[in-house]
Amino acid sequence: MAQRTTEIIVGLFMIAGCAALLFLALQVSGLSPKSAQSTYTIYANFNDTGGLTPRGRVSMAGVTVGSIESINLNKETFQARVTMSIHSEVDNIPSDSSAVIRTSGLLGEQYIDISIGAEMDSLKAGDTFYSTQSAMNLERLISNFASGR
Amino acid sequence: MIERIAAFGRLGLDIVSSFGRSGRFLAGVLGGVPRPATGFPLLLKQLYAVGVLSLAIIVVSGLFIGMVLGLQGYTILSDYGSEAAIGQMIALTLVRELGPVVTALLFAGRAGSALTAEIGLMKATEQLSSMEMMGVDPLRRVIAPRLWAGFIAMPVLAVIFSVVGIWGGMLVGVDWLGVFEGSFWGNMQSSVDFVDDVLNGVIKSVVFGFVCAWIAVYQGYDCVPTSAGISSATTKTVVYSSLAVLGLDFVLTAVMFGDF
Repeated sequence: MAQRTTEIIVGLFMIAGCAALLFLALQVSGLSPKSAQSTYTIYANFNDTGGLTPRGRVSMAGVTVGSIESINLNKETFQARVTMSIHSEVDNIPSDSSAVIRTSGLLGEQYIDISIGAEMDSLKAGDTFYSTQSAMNLERLISNFASGR
Repeated sequence: MIERIAAFGRLGLDIVSSFGRSGRFLAGVLGGVPRPATGFPLLLKQLYAVGVLSLAIIVVSGLFIGMVLGLQGYTILSDYGSEAAIGQMIALTLVRELGPVVTALLFAGRAGSALTAEIGLMKATEQLSSMEMMGVDPLRRVIAPRLWAGFIAMPVLAVIFSVVGIWGGMLVGVDWLGVFEGSFWGNMQSSVDFVDDVLNGVIKSVVFGFVCAWIAVYQGYDCVPTSAGISSATTKTVVYSSLAVLGLDFVLTAVMFGDF
């Protein structure tokens, strides 16, 4: 086969590989060019984070506005301290909003939903949510129901 | 009795010395300074033989594996009423595991065995030694382009395999079984991470490509130069490559995805 033809076919092969990788990046893993946008950090203390994991999403009215950076144990209060990074464009979360751990669907992943407060002041970088609601624990719910409390 | 023990020891020494020879062989292949002007056309020809000609089997098996995953996943997930999770199931299995591993196994069978047979026949017909007589280093002229071609082609093939597989899964899941397309892609995108899943899969396929190509060219170069020797070297290539891929896959998975 002519050298030129081989070059072209191998070139097409490599391009197909790059296109496939691009497809995996954009369509399969949902990597968007603006994912490196600037964020700010806020904290929330929970009594029980349930199955919350880092990289999970933080949403407001169902729209994703940030992600969970890390989950640590606060050794003094024995609460879980969740660090969240929120997109900078969402800079007007009322300061009396509360962070609620919810589950998407019955078996889905857990995420943090911010339920909006009424205060005029907004949360700034480094602030902590005043009120939180822990993960729904099905076992505890059933045992509470069974013991009639 | 003593003879048996001696044979056992000889077997062990043979294995160790074969490892040593393959290491020295690899150093000889990679150690030479590449000369782009003469090396590149040779590499191109091998990329065509190893990569482009393997494309058909990769695409067809990727399509069918994706379709089977879609069908099986739907049957299992519909028991829990969560058919929508089929997208993430197909994508994660393909990108993390099946893409690199099945591609490497097919690659060893399709391209690795051909490399071994080709180099083995070159050795049996004394083409390699006549090259040396002419002052051409066969390691650089014959072996290096083949090794590099396998190393480059394998990740490309694995990525294409994953994409075709996901497309096949979508064909079955969305177009045939009626999973909602939005949740198919949406679930997939929310659970697949580019660096953790896609790039780790690519790293896996790079490692597999290197190992498969190395085993293939080494077995060809080291074979007994008879027809029986070539046939046993070809068999060894496929068996060793498959075992190495499956074993390395466990190790790589444990390193990449095991949280401990």
